[in-house]
Amino acid sequence: MNALATHVPILVIATPLLGAFAAPLIAKLGRTTRVAFSGLIAGLTACFAGLLAATLYSAGGQPIVYVLGGRVPLPSGLAVPVRIMLEVDGLSVFMALIAALVGALAVLYSVSYWKERSGGALYDSLLFLLIAGVFGLVLTGDMFNFFVFLEITSIAACGLIGFRAWRKRSSEAAFKVMALYTLAGLLVLLAVGLLYGQYGGLNMAFLAANLSGSMLDRIALALLLAGLAMKAGAVPMHMWAPEAYGEAPAPVAMVLVANSQAGLYALFRILFTLYGVALSVTAIGWILIVMAVLTILVGVTMALVQSDIKRLIAFGAVSQIGYMLLAVGVGFAVLATRPAFGLAAIQGGIFHMINDVACIGLLFLAAGAMVRAAGTRNLNAMGGLAHDLKGLTVLFAVGAFALAGVPPFNGFASKLIIYESTFRLSPVLAIVAVLGSIILLAVFLRAFQAAFLGPRTVGEAGRVPWTMTLSMAVLASIVIGFGLFPGFFIDKLVAPAANALWNGQAAYIGAVLGGG
Amino acid sequence: MTFVGNLPFVVSMLLVCLGLYVLLFKRNLIKMVIGVSLVETGINLFLVTLGYRAGGVAPIYTYAPVGATQVLPTPQALTLTSIVIGLATTALLLSFAILIYRHYGTLDVTEIKELKG
Repeated sequence: MNALATHVPILVIATPLLGAFAAPLIAKLGRTTRVAFSGLIAGLTACFAGLLAATLYSAGGQPIVYVLGGRVPLPSGLAVPVRIMLEVDGLSVFMALIAALVGALAVLYSVSYWKERSGGALYDSLLFLLIAGVFGLVLTGDMFNFFVFLEITSIAACGLIGFRAWRKRSSEAAFKVMALYTLAGLLVLLAVGLLYGQYGGLNMAFLAANLSGSMLDRIALALLLAGLAMKAGAVPMHMWAPEAYGEAPAPVAMVLVANSQAGLYALFRILFTLYGVALSVTAIGWILIVMAVLTILVGVTMALVQSDIKRLIAFGAVSQIGYMLLAVGVGFAVLATRPAFGLAAIQGGIFHMINDVACIGLLFLAAGAMVRAAGTRNLNAMGGLAHDLKGLTVLFAVGAFALAGVPPFNGFASKLIIYESTFRLSPVLAIVAVLGSIILLAVFLRAFQAAFLGPRTVGEAGRVPWTMTLSMAVLASIVIGFGLFPGFFIDKLVAPAANALWNGQAAYIGAVLGGG
Repeated sequence: MTFVGNLPFVVSMLLVCLGLYVLLFKRNLIKMVIGVSLVETGINLFLVTLGYRAGGVAPIYTYAPVGATQVLPTPQALTLTSIVIGLATTALLLSFAILIYRHYGTLDVTEIKELKG
């Protein structure tokens, strides 16, 4: 048990990676074996992520360092960490839990979603590869490994978007997304090169301890900011996001949301842990805030004019990235003086991450079931689904209200914290945030009315398979549970994560380099 | 460092800018892939240049003459990894371009309009 606890950080990444490469082989043994194997891998991964969280929280939230190929970060006589390592703190674990949740649910949902189509094994393979990449992104403590995992997620994600080669729009979306993801990855690589050239190291803790805020550091930061904002889908680099979410199969769209959040996580990690107060935090914070406000506004206004249900939800997902960026941007802008509302803002932003993945994920999954039942993605052609699919109607409504920030659902709990804390910095920001939510409510009421109410337009809708309903029900219970007891979850999950950003820099560096 | 010493950095950044220009302003999908590839090559060149030391020998510890300057091994490892990743992304991009050509019969982005707006 003890050895397991020691090696759990790498097991979280290695298990889905093994699953990815073994899936096509196992699939030769038949469909039942393939499904059982996928379930096993997804379950194991979720267990390891849970164990990692338990290990970290029981150790009081001190960062865990896992060194690959050695016991200690520093071989004797060297001042520079040369080994590859994973570094896990409250925020990493929080993101890993999100990835484990969406990974397990995506596998569960896919069981019946892919029933009558071929290529199931390759789909499983890519899905596990994407999940492994997301885990790697959030757990790594090394800048170059970070780039490698970024590319793994990009390639797997675009494979999943474009593998339905018989659909015109899939290939088109996949090309567009791949070109932008690759560009984002290359910008990050250039920044990594710039940092390595100056400091001779790639370890994040080592770089954080040595960054001097020189001109080259600032250029590297600008490149990282551009690359990761592109990966996260923030305006003005959002044009890939609706295509990706809209054209990907429903469970993949949910995992892609977690993938975008991993980009956002990396942005926060780099800003708070790597750079910290070494640069003019107020200016950078305001750049984030402006991007966030634009993201919210563009996201909701574009959602308003969509008639395709999946693209409509996709633009909703874009706008939610804005809320997280807004909250953490506010936190970063005031990092130098550290007023209490800065920490509250970061807590709101991080809490919104899990809330967003739950309600957007629920909506994407519900949309997948709706499209399957109605045979069309066009909202104008859908109608009256509520007659035959009562459960789905309730699930979609829960997701839509949560996304629009209506109490008592989880979206309200985190958005309220965001409104309150941004109001302290500037009331205008809070007004934009509230306005965005109101427009979203209108968007989703219209979508709900068009798809579920009125007379039947597409004949009697078929039943939704139980695995799909179960995975949506799990998300809906999270949406409601987090909405009813926000205090409990903020205490247990969100506070350690926010704390890791707000004042965890010294501990993060100390865990690798000693002292601190 | 003299201008000549910095020349490799200048060249690699020129390649990156050229690649970005191609990616942003060319309308042919294949040319866009070439643009991505150019950016990648520029960055690989940049990484290799970072590790160069004047008069350095290859960083093979057991074969290097005693006391000789070695070029840095890490950037070479990074570059190798980056080349492999670049191969995968280029192959994937080109296969999507082929699929798009089959569906639309053109590679001109202005004529591929299903996803506008």
